[in-house]
Amino acid sequence: MRAPPMTTALVSTPPVTHRLSELDVLESEAIHIIREVVAEFERPVLLFSGGKDSVVVLHLAAKAFWPGKIPFSLLHVDTGHNFPEVLEFRDKTVAARGVRLVVAKVADYIDDGRLTERADGTRNPLQTMPLLDAIAAGRHDAVFGGARRDEDKARAKERILSLRDEFGQWDPRNQRPELWNLYNGRHTVGQHVRAFPISNWTELNVWRYIERENIELPPLYYAHEREVYRRDNMWRSVSPVSLPREGETVETRTVRYRTVGDMSCTGAVDSSAASVADVVREVGVSTITERGATRADDRISEAAMEDRKKEGYF
Amino acid sequence: MTLTTDTQTSIENDIVAAPEGTLFRFATAGSVDDGKSTLVGRLLHDSKAILADQLEAVTRTSTERGFGGESGGIDFALLTDGLRAEREQGITIDVAYRYFATPARSFILADCPGHVQYTRNMVTGATTADAVIMLIDARKGVLEQTRRHLSVVALLRVPHVIVAVNKIDLLDYDEAAYREVEASVRLVTAELGIADALVIPVSALVGDNVVDRSERTPWYAGPSLLELLETLTVIDDLDERGQATEAFRLPVQLVLRPQGAVVVAPELKDSYRDYRAYAGQVASGSIKVGDSVSVEPGGGTSTVTGIDFAGVALDEAFAPQSIALRLADDLDIARGAVIAAVGTLPPITRTLEADLFWLDPRPLAPGARVLVKFGTTVVQALVSAVTGRLDLTTLGVEPATSLAINDIGQASIRLSRDLPVEPYTHNRRSGAFLVIHPQDGATLAAGIVTAPGEPTRAGDGSGAGSEVSP
Repeated sequence: MRAPPMTTALVSTPPVTHRLSELDVLESEAIHIIREVVAEFERPVLLFSGGKDSVVVLHLAAKAFWPGKIPFSLLHVDTGHNFPEVLEFRDKTVAARGVRLVVAKVADYIDDGRLTERADGTRNPLQTMPLLDAIAAGRHDAVFGGARRDEDKARAKERILSLRDEFGQWDPRNQRPELWNLYNGRHTVGQHVRAFPISNWTELNVWRYIERENIELPPLYYAHEREVYRRDNMWRSVSPVSLPREGETVETRTVRYRTVGDMSCTGAVDSSAASVADVVREVGVSTITERGATRADDRISEAAMEDRKKEGYF
Repeated sequence: MTLTTDTQTSIENDIVAAPEGTLFRFATAGSVDDGKSTLVGRLLHDSKAILADQLEAVTRTSTERGFGGESGGIDFALLTDGLRAEREQGITIDVAYRYFATPARSFILADCPGHVQYTRNMVTGATTADAVIMLIDARKGVLEQTRRHLSVVALLRVPHVIVAVNKIDLLDYDEAAYREVEASVRLVTAELGIADALVIPVSALVGDNVVDRSERTPWYAGPSLLELLETLTVIDDLDERGQATEAFRLPVQLVLRPQGAVVVAPELKDSYRDYRAYAGQVASGSIKVGDSVSVEPGGGTSTVTGIDFAGVALDEAFAPQSIALRLADDLDIARGAVIAAVGTLPPITRTLEADLFWLDPRPLAPGARVLVKFGTTVVQALVSAVTGRLDLTTLGVEPATSLAINDIGQASIRLSRDLPVEPYTHNRRSGAFLVIHPQDGATLAAGIVTAPGEPTRAGDGSGAGSEVSP
């Protein structure tokens, strides 16, 4: 549905009952959270990678403030290992929405020695320092993220509004109780809050919403041919930062990505799901979680995500 | 425990075929060792919410820790206890949210641990729940913690209360023994004023009456736990025609006034130059274009000229939609205001009596200066007196002058400015509030209004409350 002009008398069909569908409930909940944070904080920012979850949050933000513009800027921590087609999509989306994007680059930190490359080559854990510096430099007191509780055991325990200290640390043992839909965003100087408007969405909710709202995504979420090799039970893309080792055979396969992150630790899955409807069908029957299927960094230990989050990862 | 996967294929197919359904939120609570983790694990597993890689990880860890001995069982607690400290200490620290779906509907499960900060966890889980499942051990019956949890559930008016009498296998499926436990449950729920408590005999370990009705309890004629969850109504304030019965309330989050900086098509920009709308989530009731509304503070009235949902004009909106409301008159309305159906505003007051669920390690003493958050309003307040505390043994109120963590108490509160205050029993959204520490911002307590104080001025309603007359 597109916006009818205010001058016309177009109205939607009245609902038969006052009961909302699952997606409508989740959408209104997310819009409420986004509006609360904008109302209660001075300088919110949205972490935007061009991945499906942050794209959905951006779409919800646009709805929350229609017909006005989105009243905050976007922030991306670029590991330097991002998929080029995702960066292209990111920039196109930012331009279309007329919002400001700040990019913090992990490469700058490696170049001047503040960070060093890890032995395993993955840069996901290296994002934390540039992220915290960018939050401090932008004097952001609230940081929106597209994290969902169904992604990981540690995220399952995180609040919708999650208080972080001046080192960005999450203290899972000392979280504020979150009651009714009354969010408490109060914080002291140096603290900031991470806000997760789609906490209660599942991967399937996200895809159904993308389908319903006709939201554009980077093409690699859909089935395409790619040169890949097998590592850690995932299909890894051949790129300058993710080259096959000896004994790993490169082949061309039809794959898609369920998550889009650092190329050095994100894998593709075999898939023929070329359209959003195909993906909705595929996600509905998947027997493996999206992170389990595609993220090497979460396999480091049972509590890999929790450890990163405590250090300020998002 | 042996896990079977034979149910998975058919459920998978059903999920895909199922249209998008309703969302049902429920919380699980119980004392230590009541078998809650096993029950949650069983529900998740049998509804395919545990995916292969999660199951593999949990199986691996269970084996490494010698759970289940030679037979290689699975410790279901590992599915919900995700934090390092929880795994190390074998305890559950915080409410964990889990998501699963059946062909009938989707579920959000708030798993509330029973032994650390139990009131805090229970309140967190229960305030957003459509139902609470209280788990009790059939061999132990009603414990003090059961009474405490049920008191919280009763005071918070959770729409549906399910008491799962677990480990029925250990009573050899004996009806008489079950009926005895059921009777003691009903005694407590009756005392607490919980009208329709649903009591089910289950064995989470074996699976009796969890997903499927068990042949081993022929004397139980009711539905299985999952059948119940799939059929209970989602919210309690719709009538049989599915219409909202509570009075319309919109706490204003912010005013949308883009002043020309709009995202509409260029040829429409002129018509949006003076756009002004009040954004918020409908807390209760419904509203139509053309309806009359009252606004507090200020007491002004106006008519709804438009309801916008992100560019779509609605002619009616209802809870819990996030909307923007346009009004005919230019009233002074800012964040914190409440827009209500005309004739339904409760009296305006500066004092109130409340039940407080005290959640902070620092005790509450009379005279404490705090902040309270009602809807989208935060005001300074003073706790003028602590008047009592719930005694969980007798379920009566005992005299008290202070409240400690996990206490449920009664207090008199003075507000720094006039607010339309209504009892929680009339409106679950408008009657609820947070108590916040003025310096460090900690959430000290969950509060529910039991009685508004002396009115400083009448609302525009009858004064009796906010029920819409039939």
